Amino acid sequence: MRTSVQEMIAQSKGKKNKKFMEKMIPVILFLIASVSVLTTIGIVVTLVIETITFFTRVSVADFLFGTTWLPFSNKQELFGIWPLIIGTLKVTLIAVIVAVPIGIASAIYLSEYASETVRRIVKPVLEVLAGVPTIVYGFFALTFVTPLLQSVFPEIKIFNAISPGIVVGIMIIPMIASLSEDAMSSVPKQIREGALAMGSTKFEVAWKITVPAALSGIIASIVLAVSRAIGETMIVSLAGGSTPKFNGDFTDSIQTMTAYIVQVSKGDAGYGTTIYYSIYAVGFTLFIFTMLMNILAGYVSKRFREEY
Amino acid sequence: MTMTIKADKKKSAATPEQGIKVPVYQTKELNLWYGEKHALKNIDLDINENEVTAIIGPSGCGKSTYIKTLNRMVELVPSVKTSGEILYRDRNIFSSDYQVEELRTRVGMVFQKPNPFPKSIYDNIAYGPRIHGIKNKKILDEIVEKSLRGAAIWDEVKDRLNENAYSISGGQQQRICIARALAIEPDVILMDEPTSALDPISTLKVEELVQELKEDYSIIIVTHNMQQAARISDKTAFFLNGEVIEFDETDAIFSNPSDKRTEDYISGRFG
Repeated sequence: MRTSVQEMIAQSKGKKNKKFMEKMIPVILFLIASVSVLTTIGIVVTLVIETITFFTRVSVADFLFGTTWLPFSNKQELFGIWPLIIGTLKVTLIAVIVAVPIGIASAIYLSEYASETVRRIVKPVLEVLAGVPTIVYGFFALTFVTPLLQSVFPEIKIFNAISPGIVVGIMIIPMIASLSEDAMSSVPKQIREGALAMGSTKFEVAWKITVPAALSGIIASIVLAVSRAIGETMIVSLAGGSTPKFNGDFTDSIQTMTAYIVQVSKGDAGYGTTIYYSIYAVGFTLFIFTMLMNILAGYVSKRFREEY
Repeated sequence: MTMTIKADKKKSAATPEQGIKVPVYQTKELNLWYGEKHALKNIDLDINENEVTAIIGPSGCGKSTYIKTLNRMVELVPSVKTSGEILYRDRNIFSSDYQVEELRTRVGMVFQKPNPFPKSIYDNIAYGPRIHGIKNKKILDEIVEKSLRGAAIWDEVKDRLNENAYSISGGQQQRICIARALAIEPDVILMDEPTSALDPISTLKVEELVQELKEDYSIIIVTHNMQQAARISDKTAFFLNGEVIEFDETDAIFSNPSDKRTEDYISGRFG
């Protein structure tokens, strides 16, 4: 007669090997999980250290309040960050003007009007748009959108803020549309029925019930998309130009924070020079901008959450 | 601008001669299919003004489908087909020139599960008047108060009108939904098992409310609870497998049903 199952279980439980593995697994998993945390800490520490080195050469006040960015001058180098911030904000503003109405209108269409078939086709197409490499978008801006704009408004220069702004906007539309659609689709059907039963038209339901109910998700999607636009690099490097200016002209060449970092990293400055350290200071500024946007997104989605 | 008082308007129009009942809804040979499924079969029903009409029957008998057909909410289900006609105030609601929004402005609805909008209590009640073009703050204030009083919930929420409607209890939410329907002063109120998600005390409150509301409104209520039908309705229709088996005065249905199947159902032999 064979030994009972309970006895076999008792025997195998006694094996040391198994107990040891059980103890080691959480340790191993913890180490793996630490990789991304440690990387983040490493990046921030590097940024901070190199930024501090930069500020030993250029005063913080000159950096924060200066309105001229002239790092390559032979006579006097000037590191006032504002022209780069203005360049970034110009592109972001245009991107938002393009992307928010189109993104939200698409989301309303997809969640409230489109049939299941249409939704099944359009949503993946939108997501393909999100997967296009940004260098392709940059090329599209420079070789298609800019000439098109110039044919209508001849005063627009070959490098300007409008063209990359529009294309960055196109790039972030899928993000807004897709995340907003998710937020709107999760509004319960019974709430829509309640509004329809009051004699609302379909659009009244969409605009006065669904959109307000999904507002936290919609705003969070916009904030995340803006954060993406601020950090966008290739499109603005290719189509925005490399002349930082402190003015409100959208038709002229600009330089964004990201495009400046690309320019320097490509080899315009040697290691250890002030220009070399300046990219860390600019990078740090950029990091603060996108971090603030992400915190804002988190806050907004909590604060405006509608209960249902 | 003064608000029309519903009760006055109603009395003059409703009872020109004592004792004669005016029908609000006349259903004539109504058939309805969900795809291939024949859900309603040759329904003929007249529903009178200022009465409570209860619709009872076992699950899947078509009672909810019927009430949702009365304000055409059933059309939200894909692949619904109908034949026959439903006259609301002598006009066929299926005719192509009948705007569904117009019908639903005259016929309010309260659902099985409380479904307030995720807005403040005030905005919930003001929603209907607002979408139908009433913007004046003073008038809206009046409508909100009158509707909440009408739904017997004013005293409970008058100090928290700006709170989210989901912050109150389920029973209170359901009365908010009734108040929301009252706010546009409809002619008919459809109630689709309005107490099935509520506790007994809230149920009692809603039932009392239905009794009061029939002074001013015609009410059609679907219920799976036969005692409820007996307590609150004037007339009762018994549905079974998509057909109307019996439709009569509630007293007659419950004390002396003429059809064997009705008797079996109300005595609890099935369903």
